[in-house]
Formats: sequence, C-alpha cells, structure tokens
Amino acid sequence: MLDAKIPSGNLDDKWVDYKGHCKLVNPANKRKMEVIIVGTGLAGASAAASMAELGYKVKAFCFQDSPRRAHSIAAQGGINAAKNYQNDGDSIFRLFYDTIKGGDYRSREANVHRLAEVSANIIDQCVAQGVPFAREYGGLLSNRSFGGTQVQRTFYAAGQTGQQLLIGAYQALERQVALGNVTMHTRHEMLDIVKIDGKAKGIIARNLITGELEKHFGHAVLICSGGYGNVYYLSTNAMGSNVTAAWKAHKQGAYFANPCFTQIHPTCIPVSGDHQSKLTLMSESLRNDGRIWVPKNLGETRKANDIPEVDRDYFLERRYPAFGNLVPRDVASRAAKERCDANYGVGTSKQAVYLDYAAAIERYGKIEVSKQRLSNTSDEQIIAMGKEVVKEKYGNLFNMYAKITGENPYEVPMRIYPAVHYTMGGLWVDYELQTTVPGLYALGEANFSEHGANRLGASALMQGLADGYFVAPYTVGNNLADEIYNAAIPTTHPAFEEAAKKVAERIASLKNINGKQSAESFHKRLGKIIWNECGMSRNEAGLKQAIADVQALKKEFWSDLRIPGEINEYNPELDKANRVADFIELGELMCVDALAREESCGGHFREEYQTPEGEALRDDENFMYVAAWENKGAHEWQLHKEALKYEVIKPSQRNYK
Amino acid sequence: MTFKQMFTSSVGKKLVMAFTGIFLVLFLVVHAGLNACIWAMDGGVTFNKAAHFMGSFIVPRILEIGLFLGIFLHIIQGYMLTLENRSKRKIGYEVNYSKGSKWYSRSMAILGTILLMFFVIHWKHFWVPSRITGVEEMDLGNGFIVHNLYAVMQDTFENVWVVLFYVIACISLGYHLAHGFQSAFKTIGVHNKRYHAMINTIGFGFAIIIPLAFALMPISFYLHWVN
Amino acid sequence: MSQNTMNLKVKVWRQKNANAQGAFVTYDVAGISDEMSFLEMMDILNERLITEGGDPVAFDHDCREGICGMCSMYINGKPHGPWQANTTCQLHMRAFKDGETIVIEPWRANSFPIVKDLTVDRSAFDRIIQAGGYISVNTGNAVDGNSLPIEKQNADDAFAAAMCIGCGACVAACKNSSAMLFLSAKVSHLALLPQGAPERKSRVLNMVAQMDKEGFGSCTNTGACEATCPKEISIANIARLNKEYLGASLSAQ
Repeated sequence: MLDAKIPSGNLDDKWVDYKGHCKLVNPANKRKMEVIIVGTGLAGASAAASMAELGYKVKAFCFQDSPRRAHSIAAQGGINAAKNYQNDGDSIFRLFYDTIKGGDYRSREANVHRLAEVSANIIDQCVAQGVPFAREYGGLLSNRSFGGTQVQRTFYAAGQTGQQLLIGAYQALERQVALGNVTMHTRHEMLDIVKIDGKAKGIIARNLITGELEKHFGHAVLICSGGYGNVYYLSTNAMGSNVTAAWKAHKQGAYFANPCFTQIHPTCIPVSGDHQSKLTLMSESLRNDGRIWVPKNLGETRKANDIPEVDRDYFLERRYPAFGNLVPRDVASRAAKERCDANYGVGTSKQAVYLDYAAAIERYGKIEVSKQRLSNTSDEQIIAMGKEVVKEKYGNLFNMYAKITGENPYEVPMRIYPAVHYTMGGLWVDYELQTTVPGLYALGEANFSEHGANRLGASALMQGLADGYFVAPYTVGNNLADEIYNAAIPTTHPAFEEAAKKVAERIASLKNINGKQSAESFHKRLGKIIWNECGMSRNEAGLKQAIADVQALKKEFWSDLRIPGEINEYNPELDKANRVADFIELGELMCVDALAREESCGGHFREEYQTPEGEALRDDENFMYVAAWENKGAHEWQLHKEALKYEVIKPSQRNYK
Repeated sequence: MTFKQMFTSSVGKKLVMAFTGIFLVLFLVVHAGLNACIWAMDGGVTFNKAAHFMGSFIVPRILEIGLFLGIFLHIIQGYMLTLENRSKRKIGYEVNYSKGSKWYSRSMAILGTILLMFFVIHWKHFWVPSRITGVEEMDLGNGFIVHNLYAVMQDTFENVWVVLFYVIACISLGYHLAHGFQSAFKTIGVHNKRYHAMINTIGFGFAIIIPLAFALMPISFYLHWVN
Repeated sequence: MSQNTMNLKVKVWRQKNANAQGAFVTYDVAGISDEMSFLEMMDILNERLITEGGDPVAFDHDCREGICGMCSMYINGKPHGPWQANTTCQLHMRAFKDGETIVIEPWRANSFPIVKDLTVDRSAFDRIIQAGGYISVNTGNAVDGNSLPIEKQNADDAFAAAMCIGCGACVAACKNSSAMLFLSAKVSHLALLPQGAPERKSRVLNMVAQMDKEGFGSCTNTGACEATCPKEISIANIARLNKEYLGASLSAQ
C-alpha cells in the first residue's frame, strides 16, 4: 500500500497545520538552492514565479518559443473559487464536496479540501496581477455557473479565461526572469531525469533549435508538463502537448496513477474527415444557455430548424431533470454517444448532436425588451436583441465555430460531439505533490491528484494555479530544508554524463531506423486504437485487443519510422518522433489500467459494469483505490494501490437526476 | 530620463513629427487665411497690406523663425525616420500587404518630398524676392509703401506649368494632411473614441478645404478670376 | 456539408537555418478538401515530402484554435492569410480557389530572425514584457478580489487589450516592422487597471526603451497592424501608449 503522507487531524485543519509546522529554508540558503521546472503552463509558470519570488534559483523549460504559449492558454470557460460572492450558499465545503462527487469518489479528501481552501486566494492573486476578469456594472467580479454544480462560483474572462490567467502567471514569471531569479529555456524539451543516490538531481534537456543535449542540475525537479490527451491523436490539446517529461519520470521510477481516467468533453466540434489534425472545444459554458437535442424520429431528414418542438428529444433534460444540460462532462458525453450509437445522430457523419441557442436568444431578447422598457417589439427585434446579448457572452466561441464549419451558429443549431479533452490520471504524488522519486514533483494536469475519475468544468485552472502558487512553494520547501547541506552537484558528475549518453543513443537509434513511415502516421494509428477501445466506453475483449495492437504498433514504429533531416539542427519531425514513441508506451499502460479496473466510474466506463439505466456502476468495495503503476521494463508494470479513505464524505451513487 | 532620451526614443521621434506637424497645420491656416485676401477684388490692396503686416512686425517675424525651424525639423526627422524604419526589414516580402492601410499613409515620405520640392520653388517665387532680391513696390497713399506681392503672384501664375505644379503640390498636401492630421493627434495621445472620431472628421475636412483654397489661388490668377 | 476538392500550388519560402540563403520553392498539392484547415493542407504537403525522402516545411503551430499565438505565416500578402480577425491555424481552405497559387512567407523583420523556413524567433516579445509588462505583486500579497471595484468599461477595455496573443502579426504587417500594437496592448491592459497604477510610468518608459533596443521600427499610424490583428486589438491602444509615454517622460525626474 502506498502512503500519501496525509497529515493527521481534522480535514479542515490539515493544511493549516501543515503550513504551520513544515520546515523552512532561510533566505540565505534559498539563494543557493536550484529548482528545475519543466513546463510553463498555469502550474509551471505560477510555480516558477512563486519559487523565484521566495528566493530560489529557478530554471524553467518549455518546448514552445515562449512560456506564454503553453496550452493552459486555450482554456475557455472559467475558474472555480469558493468565494460565495453570489450569496448562493457556496462554501469551501461545498466546492470540496462537489469536486469529490464530480470525481466519482476516486480522489483524495485531504488534497481536494486543500484545493477548495486555496481557491479563493487564487482569484485574489490573479486580480492583483491584473487579470481582467469579467465584472458587473458595479465594478465587482462576475460569476457564471458550470457543469456539476448548483451554485455560481465560476470566475471568467469572456471565453478566454485560461489565456488571461496564463498571461498573469507568465508576466509574473517574466518579471522574475528580468530580476535574474529565473533562467528561462524556451524551445527546450526535457528528455530525462538525472538521479543521484535515488534522488532527482537534474534533467537532460534538448535544445530544439540546435539539437544539442544540455545537462542541468537542480536540488528539486518539478514536472508541470500537462496531460497526455494527445495519446488519442485527435484531442482538444495543442499539437505539441505531450507526455514525454512525465513518461521519462515514470521510466525513472515515478509511479503513474490512474492512466485510464481520461476526460471526454461533450461539446466539441465534430470530426470532418480523415485529414483532421485536432479537435476544437466549444466551452462548457455554452451549456449554461444552450439546449442539447437530437431528433425524436429515426431517419429524420428535415433540417434542424424545420424540426418542430414535439419531434425533438432534449435527452439531457429528459434523463437528468435536476441538472439538465449542466450534468458533469462524463455523463453528458456518454448520453450523447448513446443517442448517436442508437442512430439518432445528426450531420453527415451522424456522429453529432445539436446544441441549440434559439431558446436562449429569445429569452435574452425578452429580457432586453423589459430592460430597455420597450413596447410593441416585433419578434424579429426580440431575436436581434437576443443575438446581441449572446454575441457579447459567447461571441468568440460562435466565431470560432463559424470559421471551422462555415455555418452560422446564430441561425442554425451547432453540431457537437464529445472529444478527448483532459486527463485526470498522471504521475502519482503524495500530499506534498512529490512523486515516488524523492526530489521529483508533479504539478497541475501532469499529476493524478484532485479530480478523481472525472474533472468538473473550471477546476483544471484552479488546480494548476493552486499547485503552483500556493502548494508547491510550501511543500517543496519542506523537503529542500533537508537539502541545504548538499552543495550543487556539477554536471560533470558521471550520473549526468551517463544520462546524456543514453538520451543521445536513443535519439540516434530513432534516427537510424530509416524506415518509410512518418511519426505523424504512427500517431494517427495509435490514436485510433486508443479511441476505439479505451475511449468513451471500454470492455475486456477490446482492451485486450488494444494492448496487442499497441504492442504490434510499437514494433512497427521501431522498425519503420522515418525521420528526415539531421539530429543537430532544428528538426520538428525528430521532436515528434520522440514524443510519439512515449505515447505508444503510455497507450499500452492506459489499456492495462482500464482492464484492471473492473468497475465503471467517472470517465472510465466499462460496458460490463453499468446500472440498468446505463449509468456508471462503481465497485467501492474492490476498487476504491488509486492505481499507481510502477514500470518494470518493456511492457511490464506492477500495480501499487493507495486506498482512498473517506472520513467526511459518504460515497454514494452519483445522482444528477 | 533626460529630454534627449525622451525625444530620441521611437515614440519621442514621432512626438517631434507630431508637434512640428501640428504647428505647420496652424501655419497653413494663417497662410491660407492671409492669401484669401486676394479675393477681396480690390487690386491686391488688402492682400498687400496683410502681407506687409506679416513681413514688418516683430511677432510674425519671430514666428517665422519658429516656422523654419519646424519645417526643417519635420523634414529632417521625417527622412531619418523613413530611412530608419526601412532598415528594420532587410528582406522584403514577395507580396506586399497593401489592403490593411491607405496608400497615402504609407507614402508620407514621397508626398513630403513633393512638398519639399514645392517649398523650394515656392520660396524662390515669393520669399526670396520679398526678403532678399527685392520686389516692385506699391504706394497705398500717405507714404505707406508696401511690396506688391500681388503683382508678383499675377506674374508668376501666368505660366501654366507653374500653376499645374502648384496644383499637384496642393493635392500632395491634401493627402499628406489626410494621414498626418489625425496621425499627429494619435501620436500625442488622443485615444478617446469620441474625440478621435471628431479629429478624424476635422482632419479630413481640413485636408480637403485648405489644399483646395491654396490650389484655387494660382488657378484664380491664371484664369483671371481675380482682376 | 458537401466537400469540394481542389488542386493548388504553394510557393513557400525555404531556408535551412538562420544563416543560410533562402529561396522560394513551389509545390503542387492535390486533392485538398475545402473543409480542411490551412495547416492540415500543410500537414499533407509535409507528409508527402517525408515519404518522398524530402525535407518537410518547418512552421510554428501549436494550439490550432487561434489562441496560443504560435502560428505565423504570411499568406498571399497578409499575415495569417485572407480572413479578417483570424489566425493561420483557423484559416480554412474554403478561402481558396481550385488552381490557385498560394504564396507563403515567414514574418519578415530584423527583430524576428528566421530559425528555419517559416519559423521565426520572437523572443524579443518576451524581453519587452520583461522590461515591465507586469504588476509587481508577489504571491500571497493580494487583497480580496472585490476590495477594489473596477469600472466595467475600464475592465472591458483592459480585457480587449489583454486579448493579444503575441503572435507578431502586427510587426509582420507594419511597413516599419514596429511592435507598437503589441507593446501598446500590454501597456493599455495594465494602465487601465488600478492595480497597474503604481508602476504605470516606469513601465511605459522601460518597455519602449526595450522595444527600441530590440530593433523594431517606430509607428506611423498606418493602421496595417490593426487590420491584420487576429484579435482585433485597436490602434487606439497605440494612442493611449503615446499619452502614457508623454505623461511619463514629462514628469520623470
């Protein structure tokens, strides 16, 4: 059994007690301590800035040309915080409870409670940094509602909340770069962890412009490299998002937890053809006002606007009257899939459902009429006014939809379908966010922690920033306090030399395959296998087949890959090949994990385990644990379990009816 | 921060352009107003009186020095900025981006060069004779003797090529102003939408009316609209 | 939605590295669906080049949903291609006609040196931010988010400026290679918020100084930046920056 080192005491007091008793490093010593941070998204940038502010010498790495481009920037909807500004009954406990329930009782109480505690500080910090959150006319912060909750606790900046939060963290980071506290390495990719005496003491990074391998020492290494959704090839992740840093950590002894917990987001723009390179998310906030439906009749041929009310099936409202269109993501996605599988899907591919704004436009139009005290307004005027309101709220999303599909979403219902969006699984970490390798930490989406088997909307931004701004600076410090006796190790140390040599050998062997197929084509094939067998629903036979298929694909990859260009130059194809090689290995582990978890929970839906109504059927007696996998060599993993103990919340079947 | 630093930064250099530009715009108003006296239809008496006032009193003479300084600063800074800005893109584009901006906004240096050529000729026509080489005089009675610049104008604008050149220069001035007027106010920081719209309108009006007035002067003489 | 396919020529700037001599190379791309994105068309070209043993065209791209600011192609004489308020990654092949030749160039500016082909180095933007594009507030120093109400108009204007994605299209479009729209967006964003007030003067002076040091040109208000900006950042921000600069430089000690 794994020990998460959760502090004793009441749930409410754990974090306060921890902060009150953790070890500190004095300012003179902090200046001597070096911290490596891999990734500059919300978690990485906020951790780099906060650690540098404290006085640590930080080295930050990102593969993009600027830290501001990390994929956190694409988060649209918002960030949750238990501020209760709306006076609607929100509290730390309620945010904690919603998150645990939303995660289908597969997350740690202590971690989630800490997250809810610091959530309010995040908003304050971001406002102080100049993040332009949406405001009411009185000048105070505005909130909207999100899936899986019944209070309005989501702070937002139009449909670009992630961008604004990341720019805030990025600016804080650049300020520390200017002050000389952070050395920023852009266009660098971490390719291995260097361990000395069992502790993480540095990394090997490749300069993506020159192809040179660099050795960097750090008293601690923080992996903030995001999730692994791109294992599916088609996802809402950025093209460059990858698992490589986390996977290298895994290969060096860090356990990988719950890899099969992946989130399929219900509202994405459907696939249009084989050429598709990525999928685009339409913010969950659209479910605030939009209504999701499919035709009631099989073989419906009329256009959406010609189908009368009586012939429409608002299936979320029908199945889940209490939460309606705002059920959690996993529930909404499965319901859409169920309708499409039953041949009620719409569009040419029949793999889509309608997201309809007609009712919202009319409703907002009427509100405007009464606001402006107009009388004798025609229906057209009401609709026109309603469209204006919708435009102000969701204009950028509607524009995006129009650009991609060529259809006008103000006139015809949008077509949407679920797509891979987020991965709850990741490197296993304890309460201090430390992996099973001492000195190696994982923050944000890269770790497995707070979201259990399903993440609620607007919680990822919250977790990334909580880890970076408010958790890691304390917990990493607590461990660094013991490191003050250890001077920096020069990178001429044999461990660094050896690690660099191994990385160089692997790159050379990839390059020397000299086969025929591109990394991209292997990635596409991997994605298809994982999506079909380890996607929205899984079963034993399919998973077993997928494992065999992935193993075969790996063999083919290592014998028929083609990388053009040279090693020692800017070579995006080489970067991609490196990443795809890791995705293939991860893909296998995901299927192994999904096969071992013989229950359905959250985003993990095993067809064998469902209620008569088709809802996920958990098995708390046998599977109430975190599955942490230890790498034992090629195709071999050992399962370690961390039991989840619920002391405050009583797990029950999730009910959104 | 020193004033030198302030005015030699990229924004500072633009401030120099804007301040001198606005000063020159004001000069244009005075110049056009004064020259409009030719339409008094009194054989140039009013016009010559006004010109005499500008030439003999101390205040306009001091302002004239300022005017010359302003013009030279505007010209030199303009050329330096153009050259400097051009040097910022060593390799140009195969296809230029022309849709995003007006041709005259991109051609301020060329329009300015036409205006510079015009100034040289214009000074040679009027300023040099008036100040240095001397012109025919006119007695307005009571021993009030003034330069008969009106006659010089009559003379000068008998030549069709001169008139044509003046008209081209006025068109250049119009386009130079169409961009320069509103740009100057942007450069000194007018960002409020309402005022900016106002300045845009005034600027366009100005860019049409003032050059039109100037252009009508040689035309009026050439076509003998004035006696 | 019916798909139409088309055959095109793409004329691309190829340059092996920063120091190499570059030249245009024209490629045929066939069977392109009008539902594809522009970058998917480039993917198809690259896939073919790889399988034929050639060198694929290097171009920056990441999120492919118009927000990360990484993509940077100058297409048919306009940064990010023909559509308004759009990034290259959001451009779709509907914008082109069968048989057309598409000319693709990298961002051209001395301050954005070419890395390879269409990829350029935009780290100058990061250094401009380092010069003052932030509010100096350490983690943990913040007061309650609602303790300082902000006029909605100012909050909205600050947001509109903060939408800048730092792609560099403004520099690419500007005949002077000026970074003023980028700079002014950041100065405006922070100057419009009360939190940004204490550093307001030093910020604008330092950021302008850094922009000059990086070798960008100066602004002549042609408006090309605004016209090409994928986030429609208003040129009024440049006027606001000028005002900030004038005030700050006059009142500096």
